[in-house]
Amino acid sequence: MLLLNASGCLDAMTAPPVARSLDAYVTKTITPLPREGNPPVRIAETEHGMLNAIGLANPGRDRFLVTVLPRLRELGVPIWVSVGGFSAAEYAETCAALEGVTIELNLSCPNVDEAPESAAEIVSACRAATALPLYAKLSPAAWDVAESARAVEAAGADGLSLVNTIRGLALDDRTLAPTLARGTGGYSGPALKPIALAAVYACAHATALPIVGMGGVRSGRDALDLIAAGASAVALGTILFADPDAPARVRSELDAECSARGYAAPSDARAIAHEAHAHAS
Amino acid sequence: MRREALEVVANEGIGPYHLIRVKRGALHPGDPGQFFMLEAPGRVLPRPMSVCFAHASELAFLIDPIGPGTRALCELRPGDAIHLLGPLGNGWRLDVERPLLVGGGIGVAPLPYLSERLGRPPALLGFRSEWHAEAAALVPNAEVVLEPTYVTEALPGGYDVLACGPEPMLEALRALVPDAQLAWEAPMACGYGACYGCAVEVDGVLERLCVKGPVLAAA
Repeated sequence: MLLLNASGCLDAMTAPPVARSLDAYVTKTITPLPREGNPPVRIAETEHGMLNAIGLANPGRDRFLVTVLPRLRELGVPIWVSVGGFSAAEYAETCAALEGVTIELNLSCPNVDEAPESAAEIVSACRAATALPLYAKLSPAAWDVAESARAVEAAGADGLSLVNTIRGLALDDRTLAPTLARGTGGYSGPALKPIALAAVYACAHATALPIVGMGGVRSGRDALDLIAAGASAVALGTILFADPDAPARVRSELDAECSARGYAAPSDARAIAHEAHAHAS
Repeated sequence: MRREALEVVANEGIGPYHLIRVKRGALHPGDPGQFFMLEAPGRVLPRPMSVCFAHASELAFLIDPIGPGTRALCELRPGDAIHLLGPLGNGWRLDVERPLLVGGGIGVAPLPYLSERLGRPPALLGFRSEWHAEAAALVPNAEVVLEPTYVTEALPGGYDVLACGPEPMLEALRALVPDAQLAWEAPMACGYGACYGCAVEVDGVLERLCVKGPVLAAA
């Protein structure tokens, strides 16, 4: 079972051992031009999760390719590059410039203005620009995420990353003004798990694509739930902020959960929720 | 950096603040001004706290219960265990000739450890009230001023200033003492460069305070 980090939840340059404890390292989203990101305040804890409005802070495509990517390759783990943009052409240009990585298309950042094209149109443009594996990271806010999944599959995606954060708002205790400078932010953490499970479940039913499941995973049991819903890999997000040792812990908890339930490997539990549901109904 | 679950040894009230002492385990205490992420029981994210004291077998943190995370930390009892991650960030440069420690309010927190490492130099501390100023007892050789007097009004010249305190105090010091070393604060989710939440403006660009600081040169 592959264990990854969620994009934007780990900097391999400041914590190489944490990146090496994963089966693949996913970069923070890269855009064509450098971005400083949103002004502070950028994060806020809530009762059951956290909000972030970082705003895709990144060094830009050129500097990433020349100074960052060569150092990431030295980690010795497969690299996934999260690609962002403000038009389909921007996404495609970055895809065309990449080699030897898996690409995750960030089609769903809640903290910046979106490209005018649909997710499928962006995937289609990127498919024409690269033969590298292309994962489409979708928003859980779509009314019918399975429909989006079918559309990006038809457009040539090789896999799905489910889910990105969902837009949320927190108010300052004293002033009742939005805590984050941008106002709203992306909501992540434990509260996102049922939303992620529903999206993975729906998309595993709707497509045959491999799925990286993420959203509120804290334990091996959380990872098993995503796998049972149909994920073929699991990514850790917010938990990495609190616990950089989480990858090893989640892995051993997942193995123990599987043994206790009679699965020889986590992959044996993949999509088991669909069978169980079919039997029950 | 290293993460360990450690036992709380004591929780002592000092004015409005709490001095939380935990066993040190195998953690390195780091340098004055460096910090640890403390697990706040029941919360999603840990909280960044600079080291107040570092002894052979204990670390101590001075905490102001101002929100849900710090309140949870201040409710810890001896025997409880919390995870600590650290040491993190960059502390004060200690190669100064005439150190003067300057603190405001809960900014006094890292100064006891700094004072010990610098051989108990003079300190100037500002507090809101006599009650808050009880924390001054933690810092040797400290002169205390209370509001409405600010530390900037009592600041002697000719010293190498090493300071920690509220943002307006640090901004005022920055204007008065261009070579001061100032310890800043920002909301942090991780403390080790992962979340990009603690961005502050350094030399005109946004930088992660946990990576560049929390101690920064004034100019």
